[in-house]
Amino acid sequence: MTWTLALPELVLAVSALVILVAGVIPKQDTFFPVSMACIGALLLTAVLVLGQTEGTALNGHYVADAFSGFMKVLALGAAAVGILLSLDFNEKEGLARFEFPILMLLATLGMLVMISANDLLALYLGLELLSLPLYVIAAFNRDSGRSAEAGLKYFVLGALASGLLLYGSSLVYGFAGTTNFDRLGEAFSAAEGVSPGVIVGVVFVIVGLAFKVSAVPFHMWTPDVYEGAPTPVTAFFASAPKVAAIALLARVLLGPFGDLVGQWSQVITLISLGSMTLGSFAAIGQRNLKRLMAYSSIGHVGYALMGLAVGTDIGLRGLLVYMAIYVFMNLGTFAVLVAMRRQGRAVEGVEDLAGLGRTDPGMALWMAIFMFSMAGIPPLAGFFGKLYVFLAAVQAGFWTLAVVGVLTSVVSAYYYLRIVKVMYFDAPAGSLDRAPTSLAVVMAGTGLFTALFALWPAPMLAAAQSAAAALLG
Amino acid sequence: MLTIGLAHYLTVGAILLVLGIFGIFLNRKNVIVILMSVELILLSVNLNFVAFSAYLDDLAGQVFAMFVLTVAAAEAAIGLAIVVIYFRNRGSIEVEGISTLKG
Repeated sequence: MTWTLALPELVLAVSALVILVAGVIPKQDTFFPVSMACIGALLLTAVLVLGQTEGTALNGHYVADAFSGFMKVLALGAAAVGILLSLDFNEKEGLARFEFPILMLLATLGMLVMISANDLLALYLGLELLSLPLYVIAAFNRDSGRSAEAGLKYFVLGALASGLLLYGSSLVYGFAGTTNFDRLGEAFSAAEGVSPGVIVGVVFVIVGLAFKVSAVPFHMWTPDVYEGAPTPVTAFFASAPKVAAIALLARVLLGPFGDLVGQWSQVITLISLGSMTLGSFAAIGQRNLKRLMAYSSIGHVGYALMGLAVGTDIGLRGLLVYMAIYVFMNLGTFAVLVAMRRQGRAVEGVEDLAGLGRTDPGMALWMAIFMFSMAGIPPLAGFFGKLYVFLAAVQAGFWTLAVVGVLTSVVSAYYYLRIVKVMYFDAPAGSLDRAPTSLAVVMAGTGLFTALFALWPAPMLAAAQSAAAALLG
Repeated sequence: MLTIGLAHYLTVGAILLVLGIFGIFLNRKNVIVILMSVELILLSVNLNFVAFSAYLDDLAGQVFAMFVLTVAAAEAAIGLAIVVIYFRNRGSIEVEGISTLKG
């Protein structure tokens, strides 16, 4: 047995259980120490991931390569920042219960299992280990009808999605005779014609995963859940689980089903076109910032999937760079959203930002950087993310995708720039409370990355390049 | 004499899946019915896995079915817990009432 290869996951699982027990014992409030311990466990796991050797383990259910390493570090970092964002918010909203960071830790464990999955069974278990804690934290504000409704909607549609994914897995298993990704790949490269049962199965699996990344036409839960859930939970939803689900989608489609690229490429192209279009048009009329960010995240998933639809190593590299940059600017934007309070009460409307440029120039500057970056304006990081996927689409001859991508980013620039206009040119609506230190640190860190990415993009590109090469082999 | 073959099991599985999906989307009364529909979908998946497993003479499908059963239990527990807190806030679990968040 080569179980030692899965050491990062094992350490994370054991530390989640140990922290859970340690959090129960003391009589007084343990939210803050437990959160710190969880962040520590995530960082320790990230170090272990970086030191991991490559190979497969656990009877071929688990795989570690440069691709899994890249995505895992990204997911772990996003989860750690997610816990950091919840510290102050949860204290002020009366949600400071120690189970919260532990649920996030367990969800992160699910992400790691998903990213390293090399078998349909491991894929399903990882996906459920991710989803179940997320249902709970979406409804974490037990006394709010909105939070409960968000949790309920997320649960029903998430359960439906995993049901469809499972049905697809059962068809693939039945018609190909195995659930292991390596052996599935061999079966499809050897056979001349693939049975229609397998194709139906692959489409069901894509549907299930498209739900998790909230791509059109399986996006309808996203705006409601993002609006109803507590803001730090929304920040978490929009970052780490997306990374894991996109990684899983890329691994499943380019690995075992890599030889069926002709069949699934059209499906992904349609999903990508739909997501980019809906993400840019539906957000225009939104007044609630969390709802606006939900549509924005749908659009960004569309751009990222453009890299997958292309199906080449340049496309995959574009996808990886896009997701990494998206995570940074998204967490930064949500740090601003979490910090938005007026006289101690959380506010989340676009008009609540009015005059921020005069009342709190620091926060307004970071928010402006994130909005310009999301709109894709050079020289900020978001521009390079878009550049690489558009480049890949053009080189592979996917002109429709590239043209629609450019047009929709022009449309989406309208609502990003409107936020900047509201902050700098509208009359102040009364000043917001000062951002607590934890949030200010997150804003500065992600803001500096977003602003200065252009000066030093080489390490990220090299890491994404080797990750893409590992997957396409 | 009719022998029950793989095709029969797959047909039952497909019918259960469709019933489950329609149960979620057409039901306008009660959230509990949605939870039951989700279970129906998972049941159809299990039936598929076990039928394929017997047909292929391969144990992996039955192992998969056991895992699905376990996860379905955890999922039902969490679903019921969320329905309980929803009921405490609203005093009703009618599906048509779940529409405060929209736009």
